[in-house]
Amino acid sequence: MTRSAPKKSDSAWQRFWANPASRALVALLLVLLLGCLFHANGAFFKLGTHRDALRQMSVYGILACGMTLVIISGGIDLAVGSVLAFGAVTFALLTIHWGWSAWLAIPVVLLLGALCGAASGAATAFWRIQPFIATLAMMVFARGLAKTVSGGMKVSTAVQQPDGSYEFVPVPDVFRLIDSRVLGGNLSVVTLILLACAAVAWLLLARHRFGRQLYALGGNEEAARLSGVPVARTKILAYALCGLFAAIAGICQAAQEQQGDPEAGIGYELTAIAIVVMGGTNLMGGRGGMGLTLLGMLTIGYLEKILSINAVPEASRLMLTGVIIILAVLAQRRRRA
Amino acid sequence: MNSAAPSPVAPLARLRGITKRFGPVTVLEDVDLDLYPGEVLILAGENGAGKSTLIKILGGVHTDFAGRIEIGGQTARPRSPLEAAALGVRVIFQELSLVPSMTVADNIFLGRPLTRRGGFVDNRRQRAEARALLQRLGIELDPDRTVETLPIARQQLTEIAKALAGEARVIVMDEPTSALNAPEVAHLFELIRQLKARGCCIVYITHKMEELEAIGDRVAVLRDGRLVGVAPAVELPRDRLVHWMVGRELGEQFPHHAATPGAERLRLEGFTVPDPARPDRPRVADVSLSVRAGEIVGLGGLQGSGASDLLWGLFGAAPGGARGRVWLDGEPVTLASPAQAIRRGLALLTSDRKATGLVLPLSIIANTTLADLERLSPGGWRRPAEERRVTEALSRRLALRAASLDLEVETLSGGNQQKVVLAKWLQIRPRLLLLDEPTRGVDVGAKREIYQLLNALTAEGMAILLITSELPELLALADRLVVLHRGRITARLERAQATPETVLAAAMGQQTAPAAASPAASS
Repeated sequence: MTRSAPKKSDSAWQRFWANPASRALVALLLVLLLGCLFHANGAFFKLGTHRDALRQMSVYGILACGMTLVIISGGIDLAVGSVLAFGAVTFALLTIHWGWSAWLAIPVVLLLGALCGAASGAATAFWRIQPFIATLAMMVFARGLAKTVSGGMKVSTAVQQPDGSYEFVPVPDVFRLIDSRVLGGNLSVVTLILLACAAVAWLLLARHRFGRQLYALGGNEEAARLSGVPVARTKILAYALCGLFAAIAGICQAAQEQQGDPEAGIGYELTAIAIVVMGGTNLMGGRGGMGLTLLGMLTIGYLEKILSINAVPEASRLMLTGVIIILAVLAQRRRRA
Repeated sequence: MNSAAPSPVAPLARLRGITKRFGPVTVLEDVDLDLYPGEVLILAGENGAGKSTLIKILGGVHTDFAGRIEIGGQTARPRSPLEAAALGVRVIFQELSLVPSMTVADNIFLGRPLTRRGGFVDNRRQRAEARALLQRLGIELDPDRTVETLPIARQQLTEIAKALAGEARVIVMDEPTSALNAPEVAHLFELIRQLKARGCCIVYITHKMEELEAIGDRVAVLRDGRLVGVAPAVELPRDRLVHWMVGRELGEQFPHHAATPGAERLRLEGFTVPDPARPDRPRVADVSLSVRAGEIVGLGGLQGSGASDLLWGLFGAAPGGARGRVWLDGEPVTLASPAQAIRRGLALLTSDRKATGLVLPLSIIANTTLADLERLSPGGWRRPAEERRVTEALSRRLALRAASLDLEVETLSGGNQQKVVLAKWLQIRPRLLLLDEPTRGVDVGAKREIYQLLNALTAEGMAILLITSELPELLALADRLVVLHRGRITARLERAQATPETVLAAAMGQQTAPAAASPAASS
């Protein structure tokens, strides 16, 4: 979000502060400092705390990857929480109840998620429906899909037999794999998946033509169109990728809970947006990046963790989080020279 | 200069020494003007002469200016349109200032609603008074209609009714007839006569000669921000008026373009750009012209001439599409979108670089490579080193001054921003360059560099279709001129025939060329 050129008269601090990455980093360091002050009898200094924190923020982080793409293009996607639930129940149904192989189930779930996103994208691109409205509709619709697929109940390892009785089937291996840890139990696979998603999103944004077109679209849609940017295709692709990332998050969520919950992911879209904004990506589009989103994810994730290890009651936690988001965004706002 | 007062009565308003600067640019300098009751004062001048700025100062839109305004003998300094209205000055701007989703009556009382106790709007009284007002003005309009459901002409009448609702003594109209048809114009003129009879002063901006002659009592001519003169309309024949408007030294600031035209690059026949809002009046109607390689063809015309729409239509970017036949290097082509036009080697530099030219938050490199991204990223993956190389080459050629090519273009000066847009279009190596006001808002030095660039480009065989509202610039740069008035060609001029007077006369609607002449006849 550098608006003004660094002038010679600018101090080193001003130049540092002009870089959105340094501002996001300062926010993160402040939160970590908070953790050092309120360490809950040393709990904050234990490796396990950080491992858990990372694991807990990973699903949100995966959603935030897709959200970053959409927000940079000047849009917003409210449907990711519902698409996550749709992905989770579909994945659970296919693997647990229908006994599909993970190699088949995962691509199908990803495709369904991408289709949900593409539908939102098409509504904004072709019918010029505002992204807020189009994805609000998809948020409701996908939640309905999740409930239809699951019959309104959690899809778990308790499988109903033809005679009406329930029988427990073993948890598929893919669930165990995704929920496991590597590096001597210090890094969860879900976090690895997050890093892979972030790497893909970063490559697209920073190194691919598509990413440049997303920035151009968010920065000035009319100028982009007049420069030959395929506006409709780029928008649809952005939302489709966002849906795809939401489906990945759904698979991870299902694996962690060992079931597909049609009520999963409610409100997650707001956390994902908060992460992106906390990182310093501009909600107006055209400015921001994947690295910023990772910093934003750590800030929000650690904030949650620090509040929870200090046993702050949920009610106060929510209010505090709200206040801190506003403070962080205010601190990041650039003053015009 | 103000000796031509119509009568010894006291003026309604006096402007004294009005001066206005935007940054380093002086747009109005030391303008003295008296507005008398019962007269229509025509404000004339080329685009950019300072007419709009002057009425914005009078109407309380621009508040930081030097000079003095006296209204009814009292020094006044309106700080908002509302304050100006309270002083009896109403300005009807060209861009309508109506709220589209509200009714005619609501709009008429916008900002000063009739209320009951407690601040609740008294809808019944507003409707009754609106109806009475419309009746008094002889405007047939339902006060309950939502404004957005009305055709543009009716919206304009609503705007006029709104301005006349209060006790306005000075009424400023900025090209009020641009969207009106002949009977509506006649009606407006009748209204103006009534207002004159009531002792109002009407300040009227127009680009149309016939209107000036039909209703003008006095004419004040602005040129480059200065008041050239004021004269009774009957004492100001057309040629003298035009001379007042353009009569500046051409000087040697424009390097004369020397063309060595080659084969025909572009040929248009029966080119029409419809106006989606007005099916009966296209923005460009049945235009035929041709541009040869190595040639600059200038498009002349005042506001509303359709010259910009012609370029947008050709580029596949007009909101309502375009009809007509187009040949590029002898090959018939259809250009349905900007992407197609770019692939065919067309480039459109728009007149508003911030709104439609640049992606302000992106870097110089990202902007320069945007239109050529497909070629620069084979297989989809960008090559940052290559992007930097081509941007460096172009920035050297255009003498772009920036500390780093990674700077956001938002931080650059107007001249350097314009060079980035030019770089973007040169990067696609166009065959035909469509330029809409390439030197607008650009300082003198950068202007000169742009002229030299255009000369170099045509020497390499590029064809250029150029719009500029600065007449001397147009005359110096264009090898041939096509002048448009309300979407139709009114003159085709070779450089030798083109003078400021002939161009301006044609731009104001004087027909000197058959509108449907074949392009071959003029080239």
